[in-house]
Amino acid sequence: MITFDGVRKVFPDGTVAVDNLDLELPTGKITVFVGPSGCGKTTSLRMINRMIEPTSGRILIDGDDVTSQDDALLRRRIGYVIQHAGLFPHRTIAENIATVPHLNGVNKKKARAVALELMDRVGLDESMADRYPVQLSGGQQQRVGVARALAADPPVMLMDEPFSAVDPIVREVLQAEFLRIQGELGKTIALVTHDIDEAIKIGDMVAVFRQGGHLAQFATPQELLERPANDFVADFVGRDRGFRSLSFDTAAALEVDDLFSVATGGEVLVLDGAGHPHGWTGPGLGSTSNPTPLGGTFVTGDSLRLVTDLAISSPVGIAVRVDETGRADGVLRHDSLVRQLNARRRRRAEAESTS
Amino acid sequence: MDYIANNVDLILAALGQHVVLAIVPVILGVIIALPLGYLAVRYRWLYHPLINVSGLLYAIPSLALFVVLPGIIGTRILSPINIIAALTIYTVALMVRVVANGLNSVDPTITQAASAMGYRRVRRLFGVELPIALPVILAGLRVAAVSNVSLVSVGALIGVGGLGALFTRGLQLGYIDPIIVGIVLSVLLAVLCDVIIVLVQRQLTPWSRIGGRS
Repeated sequence: MITFDGVRKVFPDGTVAVDNLDLELPTGKITVFVGPSGCGKTTSLRMINRMIEPTSGRILIDGDDVTSQDDALLRRRIGYVIQHAGLFPHRTIAENIATVPHLNGVNKKKARAVALELMDRVGLDESMADRYPVQLSGGQQQRVGVARALAADPPVMLMDEPFSAVDPIVREVLQAEFLRIQGELGKTIALVTHDIDEAIKIGDMVAVFRQGGHLAQFATPQELLERPANDFVADFVGRDRGFRSLSFDTAAALEVDDLFSVATGGEVLVLDGAGHPHGWTGPGLGSTSNPTPLGGTFVTGDSLRLVTDLAISSPVGIAVRVDETGRADGVLRHDSLVRQLNARRRRRAEAESTS
Repeated sequence: MDYIANNVDLILAALGQHVVLAIVPVILGVIIALPLGYLAVRYRWLYHPLINVSGLLYAIPSLALFVVLPGIIGTRILSPINIIAALTIYTVALMVRVVANGLNSVDPTITQAASAMGYRRVRRLFGVELPIALPVILAGLRVAAVSNVSLVSVGALIGVGGLGALFTRGLQLGYIDPIIVGIVLSVLLAVLCDVIIVLVQRQLTPWSRIGGRS
């Protein structure tokens, strides 16, 4: 657990970067610091490994004040990942990854073995071990950056905008892989981003900072979307937060209509012999042999967000549910979906008012 | 060329002296310039004074320095130490700026990343900053080495000049052969120094030659 206890940072020019911050980052979880530029999120992150010293207040890692420890030794126990990776251009990939083991005096052979193992973990081919950073793409460099931070198996990791410098497609892949690795390793992670969508996607907890170094809200992503603490958070979280908050629940509880409702009449769902849905036919739609495409199907494990999107984007306003084998087993009309979402919201509100 | 056959010993002695007079100041100069260049980067207020003073030193005419130096450092007028001291000053003058620029060329995010990994300052300097600055420093060193090789000859005018002695002799005797030998050997020596530094650079900084993605 990382604890901020009344932490304040005033820079020599008088700027208050962080103002009286109290925060507890839970062990084994990802806590995201998010906020507009100049809100003190990066300063807060960098005070954890003493790259910046607080003006007052204390920062504790598992109860130990970081300022009571030798800064270089402290930092070797805290993984650090930055935007653009910050790799050493004069060292090979394997040498870069082995930086902290090397500093700790681990012999070359063992350090290399650690590096190769980590390359595998972050999805880099071993053949890259003896290349130099300049020979890698931005996404690959960022993987090396993560591997380098993991090399000494630190319990705590700090990540400063780790996915900001790569293109959106690569970013999605890196985020997903990062979550997979975190699922295996369970590090205590503090991650800074300016991207609220990234915060909501990868954070177990999200700390929203506002200008002047104030903490505006500290909550789970779902809570942030559903119950923003104030107008600043609501505004920062963005307009379609209602829609995005649907990401956190699955379609398991949704009631669907059976297939008889789309077997005859207006819109008809075309199935093949095995029961797999192929598309829609009916007035203004394709023929039975060449039906209008569905645009997608859902299973009970998918998110409400996906189901809602399917219902809205479907050519007939109906989302089709399939079982594990891909056979259609129910349909959901958008009016029914809206009714059920409303009922869900009422139930949650009631549950909250009674608790 | 009968001249060469008849004067092998003399030519080789001149060449040997030339090598020593050119190389020793380069080594001394780099040893002195490294800490000065580091200070210029570490303490920003020192940067301009150090760079400006070294720039002024480089502007002193070499012959004047050769003549004045014995009076300042108390050596005999014909001592090779005068040449070595003078060329060391030139090397320092050139290399302080080069070292400072080399260290400044290191991306600050990389030095910060190094600190955040747990590098202490001295180890970071030798393990991260100097190696990354090396291509810039070695490029400067090539200039310093080649310019030293040519400046040594000027020393012949005060009696200690390596291959320069062949020029003065040729002029005094009105005889072109020693002058040609001197020029050829001097140029070869300069080229050799340059090639050696390039080879050393290739060996030490394989990463700097790889551009773009493979």
